[in-house]
Amino acid sequence: MARGLDLKIDIALKRFDANSPPLFDNFRLTLAPGSVVALTGPSGVGKSTLLRLIGGIDRDFSGTITIDGRPASEAPPPGFVFQDPRLLPWLTALDNIRAMRAETTREAALAHLKTVGLVDAAALYPHQLSGGMQRRAGLARALSVNRGLLLLDEPFVSLDPALVAEMEALLGEVLAHTGATTLIVTHDLAQADLLAQRVVTLTGRPVQAREGAGRPAP
Amino acid sequence: MFPTPIAVSVELVHQFTDGKLIVDLGKTLARVAIAFTVAMALGTAIGMALGRSTIADRLFSTWVVIGLNVPAIVIAIILYISLGLTEFALVLAVVLNKLPLVITTVREGVRSFSADFRDLATAFRLPFARRLRLIVVPQLLPYLLAAARTGLSLIWKIVLVFEVLGSDGGVGFRIAVFFQFFDVTAILAYTTAFILIVFAFEYLLLRPIEGRVLRWRAA
Repeated sequence: MARGLDLKIDIALKRFDANSPPLFDNFRLTLAPGSVVALTGPSGVGKSTLLRLIGGIDRDFSGTITIDGRPASEAPPPGFVFQDPRLLPWLTALDNIRAMRAETTREAALAHLKTVGLVDAAALYPHQLSGGMQRRAGLARALSVNRGLLLLDEPFVSLDPALVAEMEALLGEVLAHTGATTLIVTHDLAQADLLAQRVVTLTGRPVQAREGAGRPAP
Repeated sequence: MFPTPIAVSVELVHQFTDGKLIVDLGKTLARVAIAFTVAMALGTAIGMALGRSTIADRLFSTWVVIGLNVPAIVIAIILYISLGLTEFALVLAVVLNKLPLVITTVREGVRSFSADFRDLATAFRLPFARRLRLIVVPQLLPYLLAAARTGLSLIWKIVLVFEVLGSDGGVGFRIAVFFQFFDVTAILAYTTAFILIVFAFEYLLLRPIEGRVLRWRAA
C-alpha cells in the first residue's frame, strides 16, 4: 500500500481577474494522510478551480498549498483525474500511462491497468475504448503519476447509472488498496457519502467550507 | 498534333539513355529539395511563433497575407534583377513563394491546440521535451503533412516556371528549349518523367509517413 500524503491548503486570495470579487479569501482546508474527502457544492462555486490550484494548473493566487510539508510546486504532482478522461488520442491506453512519467516502465503501466481491470485493452487507442473504459484508463494514469495523492474532478460525470455504480465500487477498491489521500469533486451526495470519510460543501463567494461526515474510516 | 503514348514512351527512353533527362531531373530535384526543406523549417518556426503570440501575429500577419497574394513571377523577377540569374536567387524565390503557405497552415495548427491537453501536461508537469514530443508535435502533425503536400505541389510547379525564366538547366529550362523547336513529344516525355517522380514521392514517401504517424486514426 502506498502512503497517503498530507495536503494543506491555505489560500489567502484568489480572484479570476483584478475587477472580480474574491473567489477564495482566507480559505483553509487540510486533508490528513490517507483520508478521502468529497468536495460538493453548487455549479460554479469553485470546486474545480480549487482542484486546479492544488494541481498547479492555475497558479494565479496568493497563499500556500503544501503536500507533505513541501510547497505543491516542489512536490511530485498529484494524480489528477479530469472530468473528461482526456486521454491522448494518438497513444494506446498503455502508452497514455507510460507517457506521463519517463520512469514508468511497461510492466508498471500494465500493473496500473490491471488495477483498474483494463489490462486486456492495453493496446487499444482511446477511441476504441468505451466511456467507462476511458475513465478507468484515466484513473490508472493518475495512479501512475502519484499513488499518494489523488485529485478527482467529477470523475464519473455523464456515465450511465449502472456504470457509475461499477466505477464507484472500483474507485473504493483502489482507494482502499492504495491508501491515497484523495479529494474528489462530486455533485452526487450519495456518492460523496459512499466514497468519502469527510464531505466538505463549498458555498458562497468568497467560498466558505462547511464540514459534514461521510462514511466511517475503514 | 499530339504524339501517341508509344512515341512519348520511346522519346522518354531516348531522353533517359541518350539525352539530358537525368541531369535535368537531378538539378530540378535538388532545387525542390533545398527550397522545400528551408521553407518547411522556417515556415514551421515562424508559424508556431505567430500561433502562440498575439503580438507577433499582429505584427507579421499583414506580411503573410501579402506573401500569399503577390504573384510568384513578380518575386522571381525582382530577385533575378537584384541578385542576378543565380542558383541562390532561384531557390530563394521558391522559398519566398512557399513560406507564407507553411506559416499560415502551421499557425492555424497551433491555434487549434487543445487547452485540455495543455492543462494535462501542466497538471502532470511534463518536461518541455516530453511535452513537445507527446502533446505538441502530434497535434501539429496533420497540419505539417498538409503543408508538406500542398507545398510540394506548389514548389514543383514554380520551380519549373522559374527555370524557364532563368537557369542553366533543369526540367523547366529543357522544356523551354523543346518549346522553341515545337518538340511536343520531348515536352511530354519530360512531363511524364516528372509525373513519375511526383507519384514516387506521393506513394513511396508521403503516404507511408502519413500512414505511420496518423495510424491511430485508422485503428
